[in-house]
Amino acid sequence: MNSTNGPRPDHRVPLEAMRRFDPKRLWALVLKESLQAMRDPSTLLIAFVLPVVLLFLFAYAVSLDVRAVRIGVVQESESASAHSLAAAFAGTRYLDVTFAHDRREVADRVVSGSLRGFVVIPQDFEQRLANRGAQPLVQIITDGSQPNTANYVTNYAQGVVQTWRDGLGVEASRAGVTLEPRYWFNAELESRRSLVPGAIAIVMTIIGTMLTALVVAREWERGTMEAVLSTPASVAEILIGKLLPYFALGMLSTLGATALAVFIFDVPLRGSLAALLLLSATFMVPALGQGLLISSVTRNQFLAAQIALFSGFLPAFMLSGFLYEIDAMPAPIRAITWLIPARYFVSSLKTIFLAGDIWAVFVPNLLAMAGIGILFFLLAKRVTRKNLE
Amino acid sequence: MPGKPPTRTPKAVEVEPGSATSGPPRDTDSEVAVVINGVNKHFGSVHALQGLNARIRYGRLTGLVGPDGAGKTTLMRILTGLLAPNSGHAVVAGFDVVDDNNAIHVATGYMPQRFGLYEDLSVMENMRLYAQLRGMDADRNADLFAELLDFTRLAPFTERLAGKLSGGMKQKLGLACALMARPAVLLLDEPGVGVDPVSRQDLWRMVQALTDEGMAVVWSTAYLDEAERCDSVLLLNEGQLAYDGPPGELTARLTNRSFRLEQVGDQRRAVLAEALDLESVSDGVIQGAGVRVVLRAHAGTEQIAAFAGRADAQLRAVPARFEDAFIDLLGGGPGGTSALAEGLSPVELASDVAVSCRDLTKRFGDFTATDTVSFEVRKGEIFGLLGPNGAGKSTTFKMLCGLLKPTSGEAHVVGLDLRRATGAAKGQLGYMAQKFSLYGLLSVRQNLEFSAGVYGLDGAARQARIEEMVDIFGLQPWLSAAPDSLPLGYKQRLALACAVMHRPPVLFLDEPTSGVDPITRREFWTHINGLARKGVTVMVTTHFMDEAEYCDRVAMLYRARLIALDTPDALKRGAVSDTRPDPTMEDAFIHLVEAEDLADEARSGAAA
Repeated sequence: MNSTNGPRPDHRVPLEAMRRFDPKRLWALVLKESLQAMRDPSTLLIAFVLPVVLLFLFAYAVSLDVRAVRIGVVQESESASAHSLAAAFAGTRYLDVTFAHDRREVADRVVSGSLRGFVVIPQDFEQRLANRGAQPLVQIITDGSQPNTANYVTNYAQGVVQTWRDGLGVEASRAGVTLEPRYWFNAELESRRSLVPGAIAIVMTIIGTMLTALVVAREWERGTMEAVLSTPASVAEILIGKLLPYFALGMLSTLGATALAVFIFDVPLRGSLAALLLLSATFMVPALGQGLLISSVTRNQFLAAQIALFSGFLPAFMLSGFLYEIDAMPAPIRAITWLIPARYFVSSLKTIFLAGDIWAVFVPNLLAMAGIGILFFLLAKRVTRKNLE
Repeated sequence: MPGKPPTRTPKAVEVEPGSATSGPPRDTDSEVAVVINGVNKHFGSVHALQGLNARIRYGRLTGLVGPDGAGKTTLMRILTGLLAPNSGHAVVAGFDVVDDNNAIHVATGYMPQRFGLYEDLSVMENMRLYAQLRGMDADRNADLFAELLDFTRLAPFTERLAGKLSGGMKQKLGLACALMARPAVLLLDEPGVGVDPVSRQDLWRMVQALTDEGMAVVWSTAYLDEAERCDSVLLLNEGQLAYDGPPGELTARLTNRSFRLEQVGDQRRAVLAEALDLESVSDGVIQGAGVRVVLRAHAGTEQIAAFAGRADAQLRAVPARFEDAFIDLLGGGPGGTSALAEGLSPVELASDVAVSCRDLTKRFGDFTATDTVSFEVRKGEIFGLLGPNGAGKSTTFKMLCGLLKPTSGEAHVVGLDLRRATGAAKGQLGYMAQKFSLYGLLSVRQNLEFSAGVYGLDGAARQARIEEMVDIFGLQPWLSAAPDSLPLGYKQRLALACAVMHRPPVLFLDEPTSGVDPITRREFWTHINGLARKGVTVMVTTHFMDEAEYCDRVAMLYRARLIALDTPDALKRGAVSDTRPDPTMEDAFIHLVEAEDLADEARSGAAA
């Protein structure tokens, strides 16, 4: 090659290249990150396919409503009233009843898990009925390994017996007060209606925390972080350049999930879209901050994914009020939930979907999320430094 | 050269040179690009650099040479402002690396190991990104881009994703990205690793052009043969500067001390072992059919001459190499006797062929990694597999030791068919994987016990064999340590111990010496030579070209095919030309690859 063709060293340092923050450099980094995200099938999978799968899962597969619970009814007595009680069990749509004459027939099926419990109508049923409450009428045996279902079976079976007995003495029953419960916000008590909005929080946690932690760790693993750090780009530019595209991705994903929730799963959106976007945007602050903090602690993708799973995803899943009610948790666990940003987001999401724009709920939640987010960012800034130590 | 890029401000920024005590070095000594002054750096209790003093000048190619773990990368990172020294100063292009950190990032161009490219961005996108990060407007610098593309010969590939480029092309793209905004000092961290010799040749050409125009280029490498091509060399060993100056001056110290014992043929391993045990010989290696020896300083030639007479060899004085000088600087190589081989009884095999394969082929989807490769390895032979990254070395190797199932073709080890008797065949071979593959969570003793157990040694035999290995490889002080905390040389010894404990008749070594210092490499080859003399068959892959010369025969793989199979001497003879009367192994390699490329072109031309 001829010597006039090669690049020539220049010993002067241009002023603009030394500026700490340069929007052009930031833009170049944002562009790079967006191109990478669009070309990486796993990113697209997490951002767009995973939310759909999760929403379908929570809308259809996971149901907290108990319907058609399989139980056995052992009819040891052949009396008319025993038949009548058995018929009452058969008549309810909440139970799926298998009849037997010997408790051994059904006991094995409870052990194997195909029945959740059984009710024994004893041989001396007629006698017990005549005694009027001196002895229990029936025996209820349930599968304690599933406490919720066991409780349900007990309560419901008792209810059936009670109703049947009340029906016997029609004259005796006093036409007193009738309780008619009414559930606000989710009149049919469909768990889908509260699960689907909550699932949006899970999706946002995955995108904000997991994806961010992964992509930063990936830059370290592939050695590109070292190359970029050796250019005039500052740490702030590099990190903001990383976060902006994932912020946008998270918001897009929220919009998609909301559309699914409203149009496919029939979950009402009683609040405004603007408020939903504000809430989501604010939740991205702690989610991204946590991802950044994780990536500043570890430079290994596998470790980053593990930490994100345990510190981001699982708490958002279990301690946010998404699946399990916070009020039902023991006090120490309840105290921990105050530190989980998803807690504030889940509560806001449920409110905005099922109740409406209740700013008295939103404002403290927004403040809490922003506060936790800023804390994460400050911590991440302390840990990250512009060198390789 | 077109004019300056428009974004560049005509007036230079006056930056205070900070703590540089000598004032702005640019004014006092316009030649000096880098001043390293008493630099120390440690990570925890590991001392990466100790009291380093050196200068690097503009217009020169400076080699930063040393084995892995010598502190090369640490020094590079200090010079690019990515790491701060614990004490001492470094001034690059007139800026202190700590106090003027921002200016350092502008004045230097840095290509890290593995080139720092975004694999899912195209060539052009990578270039635009680095241009913009360095404050240049890519659209207004079309001429600079064209120039860099021309310079690196990447113009036809601008739309290709960086991840789909070959190692050599990645390296050129990395260089183009580092050259954006024309740095005063260019730092290349191990640019030769993972790149075939042909592309390396290209890189030398480009770097030469850059230094001719006044740029200071620092090239770090663990290959000692690369050092000989640098204008000046900083030789690092264990964090300390072992030598600073032109490589020629160092090798000149060895004038009249390098000799070759020629035409020793089949006896060369015995000759080498005996020669190394001579008092006047400090170092020696096998070189094709000859043995190369270096005499100790002030030792006369009488002893070696007498020895040559006894061994029926011709003694010829040869020019010293940089590697000879390095070994000499470190106090000479180890002796020639392998305690490992001493304790071994000669290997008896039913057949004379220890390893063979016929039409061995492996496809991954529509990609052919190994294409109808056939060869036979004789008992007691050291057989080398050579080729650039991605040529199919590892795939072929793994099929031969039963780790991969071939798509078609067959392979035999000591007469056992690898497709049917995989388990039995594996029991007959020892395997040392790349990067040594030790169990990091087990102690050194547990690693030994595990290997012994896996190969079915138990009871007293197992204890005796472990004690023997500990004894031979000097592992006693390390027994309860974790392998990861061992110095690299000891890791290699432990890996070898684990592979040979069950005394296999066939030994597979996958890049066994990468990253190991030359003295440890010598010691390793002493063991391998000793084992081969006892009839152990050794299959080895390597990217050290000089190590290929230790082999009896070398198979060259290129683009999944076997393009040559012969003795190292014959391969070198094939590359003799008027301009290269005495070609090196690397020359031979380049010659073969170029011939293959030409043949390929002719074939595709004929087809079209």
